Amino acid sequence: MFNIKEPVVSGEHKEYLRKIKIRKLSILLTQIALLVLFFILWEVTARYKIIDPFITSQPSRIIRTLSNLYQEGHLFKHIGVTCGETVVGFLLGTLLGTIIAVILWWSDFLSKVMEPYLVVLNSLPKIALGPVFIVWIGAGPAAIIVIAMSISIVVTILEVLNGFLGVDKDKVKLVKTFGASKLQVLLKVILPSSMPVIVNALKVNVGLSWVGVIVGEFLVSRAGIGYLIVYGGQVFQLDLVMASVLILSLAAALMYQVVAYVERLIVKIK
Amino acid sequence: MKCLVEVSNLFMRYHSLNGETDALVNVNFSVKKGEFFSIVGPSGCGKSTLLSLIAGLIIPSSGQVLIDGKPVLGTSEKVGYMLQKDYLFEWRNIFQNVLLGLEIRKKITEENKNYVLNLLDMYGLAEFKDKYPSQLSGGMRQRAALIRTLASKPEILLLDEAFSALDYQTRLSVADDIYSIIKRENKTAILVTHDIAESISLSDRVMVLSKRPGSVKSIHNIALSVDKKSTLSSREAPEFREYFNKIWKELDVYV
Ligand SMILES: Nc1ncnc2c1ncn2[C@@H]1O[C@H](COP(=O)(O)OP(=O)(O)OP(=O)(O)O)[C@@H](O)[C@H]1O
Ligand SMILES: [Mg+2]
Repeated sequence: MFNIKEPVVSGEHKEYLRKIKIRKLSILLTQIALLVLFFILWEVTARYKIIDPFITSQPSRIIRTLSNLYQEGHLFKHIGVTCGETVVGFLLGTLLGTIIAVILWWSDFLSKVMEPYLVVLNSLPKIALGPVFIVWIGAGPAAIIVIAMSISIVVTILEVLNGFLGVDKDKVKLVKTFGASKLQVLLKVILPSSMPVIVNALKVNVGLSWVGVIVGEFLVSRAGIGYLIVYGGQVFQLDLVMASVLILSLAAALMYQVVAYVERLIVKIK
Repeated sequence: MKCLVEVSNLFMRYHSLNGETDALVNVNFSVKKGEFFSIVGPSGCGKSTLLSLIAGLIIPSSGQVLIDGKPVLGTSEKVGYMLQKDYLFEWRNIFQNVLLGLEIRKKITEENKNYVLNLLDMYGLAEFKDKYPSQLSGGMRQRAALIRTLASKPEILLLDEAFSALDYQTRLSVADDIYSIIKRENKTAILVTHDIAESISLSDRVMVLSKRPGSVKSIHNIALSVDKKSTLSSREAPEFREYFNKIWKELDVYV
């Protein structure tokens, strides 16, 4: 049995901890202050016509735009559409990318055959394929999701396959001494060892998926935050554009936090 | 005594883009049941290759390995393999780790689980069974790796420099532990090592391989005049130095 002892904390150490706490707090406060200052400056300069609110918009007008959107019942519809497409996009990108990586890991021949194609696809800006997907799939959420997915899937394949191939050969040898089949090598060693790589791909793909979805919505122009931005730009309603960008940054930051939280959970389970 | 492992005319050639490498040439020896057999040889002479051949992980270019009189064609439950590092999986706790072999062979039964729990208990790891590998010391981890190997009840244990990743102190005590475990469970062991003293202190016989391509240079019967074999007491036997010098010289000629 272990005795659980009260940790002895010296005064010096308490002082050290207190200093760190104060430092953390002052960093946070400065960050908030900077943001508040930025918005106040924006509002004041726009109000006194130092900058032209017609092209820069201004916080009070952004708030009015948001509340109008909300009252018309459109706000959450657009947010929902965009977030939904993004989530489906990065989950599909990660999942399909991992599945393809598994197939390429399984067949060394196929992997070698695909190598040059993957390299070319990887360096190709996938956005260029957007119009193609829209023609093939139709101008709607499905095409947008495919655009988002296409951005992340190739990187995922390359990263995850690299992770698979980087697994310690002797770990594989170990399970082979127990007579493991190739499927067992995959399930018992390769996949669990590569979990950090896969979760990391997931995190990177969140960012890529946002890019894909916004561009997709620019092209499809039916609904979503990207649509609001394009529409606002076309009718010269900078209030709408700025409001949408604001929502976008909030939503993106929030989603990143959620994925980071999931990552911590998975790492903890390991 | 009957021979459990018989290696005859074994020849192994690796092919790669850089050319071909003869790893082993005309290797012949046999190991009796219950024997502790060591293999020493210069690095790269094909020791690991030899163990992989006995384990059935690779197929010889020619010649054959017989276990219980039957040729080795693939991995078998009769053979347990211990690698240099413990390779405990950090995503599994100790109990799940030691059950790995049984799990892969689809032999998780109450009876086998109890057998493994018994082993953990006997070798002082019972209270750590729900811990994760990173929470164990190097010596405990290597013992867990041994239990993982023993769990499938192999008759023959292949140890490929199984202690060399440990620091000297731990190495001596783990070698002692593993020696007594192997003797108590009445297993046959084939140990590959770089450490001449280790091979003499643990083994009934020591085989010296020549440099690559490895072939059998000599086999030494070790008879030490000590009551109880342990890595430390063995080293005090008067014959120890003789064996050491003899084997060292044979290795040296070829280094
Ligand atoms: N899969 C392989 N393909 C090609 N050559 C190989 C392969 N495995 C081993 N070799 C070569 O065969 C020779 C013997 O290798 P092996 O690992 O059996 O030696 P070893 O005696 O165990 O060496 P060490 O003392 O370093 O552990 C080496 O020259 C090695 O480069
Ligand atoms: Mg070796």
